[in-house]
Amino acid sequence: MKTNGFDPVRRKFLSAIAAAAGVTLAPGIVLYGIAKSPQAKAREAGIAASDNMRWGMLIDVNRCNKGCDECVSACVEENGLQGHGRPATDVQWIRKVEIHNPLTGENRSLPVMCQHCADPPCVDVCPTGASFKRADGIVLVDRHRCIGCRYCMMACPYKARSFVHEEVEDQKSHTPRGKGTVESCTLCVHRVDAGRQPACVDACGKSGGGAMLFGDLKDPDSEISKRVARYATQQIRPDLGLDPGVRYRNL
Amino acid sequence: MKRIVFSEIDGRSAGFNGLAALLGLFFFAGLAAVVYTEHVGHYVTGGSNQVVWGIPDVFAMFLIVAASGALNVAIISSVFRKTLYKPLERLSCLLAVALLLGGLMILVLDLGRSDRVIVAMLNRNFKSIFAWNLYLYTGFIAIVVTYLWLQMERRMNRFVPVAGMVAFLWRLALTTGSGSIYGVLVAREAYDSAIMAPLFIAMSFSFGLAVYNLVLLAACKGSGREIGDVLLRRLGRLLGIFVAVVLYFTAVQHLTNLYAAEHSGVERFILRDGGVYTLLFWGGQVFVGALLPLVLVFGSSRQGLQLTGRTVAIASMLVIMGAFSQLYVLVIGGQAYPLNMFPGMEVSSSFFDGAIASYIPSLPEIGLGLGGVALAGLVVLFGIKLLRFLPTSLANAAIDPHHTTTTNRP
Repeated sequence: MKTNGFDPVRRKFLSAIAAAAGVTLAPGIVLYGIAKSPQAKAREAGIAASDNMRWGMLIDVNRCNKGCDECVSACVEENGLQGHGRPATDVQWIRKVEIHNPLTGENRSLPVMCQHCADPPCVDVCPTGASFKRADGIVLVDRHRCIGCRYCMMACPYKARSFVHEEVEDQKSHTPRGKGTVESCTLCVHRVDAGRQPACVDACGKSGGGAMLFGDLKDPDSEISKRVARYATQQIRPDLGLDPGVRYRNL
Repeated sequence: MKRIVFSEIDGRSAGFNGLAALLGLFFFAGLAAVVYTEHVGHYVTGGSNQVVWGIPDVFAMFLIVAASGALNVAIISSVFRKTLYKPLERLSCLLAVALLLGGLMILVLDLGRSDRVIVAMLNRNFKSIFAWNLYLYTGFIAIVVTYLWLQMERRMNRFVPVAGMVAFLWRLALTTGSGSIYGVLVAREAYDSAIMAPLFIAMSFSFGLAVYNLVLLAACKGSGREIGDVLLRRLGRLLGIFVAVVLYFTAVQHLTNLYAAEHSGVERFILRDGGVYTLLFWGGQVFVGALLPLVLVFGSSRQGLQLTGRTVAIASMLVIMGAFSQLYVLVIGGQAYPLNMFPGMEVSSSFFDGAIASYIPSLPEIGLGLGGVALAGLVVLFGIKLLRFLPTSLANAAIDPHHTTTTNRP
């Protein structure tokens, strides 16, 4: 039974291309990765993602400033998500959410994107298997397999997904997109595989409040693992039992 | 029991041609709407990243739910052995298939990538209720067509009860699947409930019979066939019972939700503050779609009046109006109410978090919905023209030899 779309010929072909690309690009990428993100290691071309790691994010809400949207701009730029001036139908992979507690008057501002759940409802409901979770915990949409039924958007508790309502222009080669399909935050999988961290995390560190930390939740020596072990952190809607890979501190 | 004679309708009258032309027009207009939407993108629809399923899904759900319900008339005859319904079996099967085809046309053409429907055929995620539904829908058509053939082929008639039972169980599974599309959505407060499956089954009984009644009355009127008051009374009162069952499940749905403080927000929205959704719930679903038909079908017999074809037709139309109201509130109202990501907090963002989403049906969407209805209509219209689906007479004497003793029974 064909359960995961495995095609040996296709895989061999892709591996060959990936290997060639890897030989050409890897040295530079690895150097960049080491310089930028000591905790994320580049995945060798042709090697499948491993469940020995789980990519995740820790967002310190105390350091996230209201009005700052560096993470959002960086995401738009990185993934080529320029809108059409129609907020109801333009895609948003990450947005700043303002929270007000009516009982205490407390205000909070935080970024929300795909939470990369361990048990993602979008993957459960997808009829074609286009929504899938990689072994390393990154939830993605195979945009060649997505039929645009939007059931994943109905199922996602985080409103993380967008339907591409219009023709896509000026696509980035690392982020293929298509009208009529659904998409969401990829955790900048193209950067992560090259040993870098997501664009939003980079931007937040450079010109934002330094609120976002990216890393491997399964590596006990990673900075993110140390912090989630040391400080109280929260997931959004933990009651749903989805175990999101994005955690928040001081929420 | 007397032998029932079936015959094709003549299908050469101006009325037939006019109706066929009208349905054809709506069908092609629906296809044109799809081509337009697919070409420019779905931003021209009323849909958005907030309300992802719009009015086409209301039409599709109506047709699919009504399809399994339309089959009930045949089930009552084959499985529950009510001989009075025997002459109605064939039309019941035809209508069930026709409605499902119309619904599927809308579902498939409302996809972002309808051209990739083959992808859905080749790649299945068996944890998805959608993937299961694809089997349930195609299986339904195969089973009902077989069931119909067993009815129409005299030598095979003895297998009808078995096929009827298979069809009955299958249609229960199908409607359970349709309701569960919503029932499994854990994050959406308006849906996440096991009651969706039985509610949808109840809805199917009611909507399906309402459509059946209208089609039967129109076909008999158009082809000059008589329907006796025995049958009208049965069909009318049965519809009333089904309407009451839907009302019951709706009451349970909202009362249990109201009991949980966490769901009070969405209940307030639907029942009190939701504007068009509140109006459609109380005015459309409850008053027009349930109370009025109940008064019509049960009130007239209390006063010793006969249930006429006109009364049954009006009651059926009201039930269908109520059905669209109910599905609009359920499908679109349920999405318009925002996701509760941070319980107890007031939330806002550039992505409409915490805000009631607006949705206005667009012309292409309504066109697609009506196109699906038109396809169902065309299948029925040409079905009864080409094959023997309709009994030549449904007069009391023709369908029930004991009609003089049964007319006083409910």
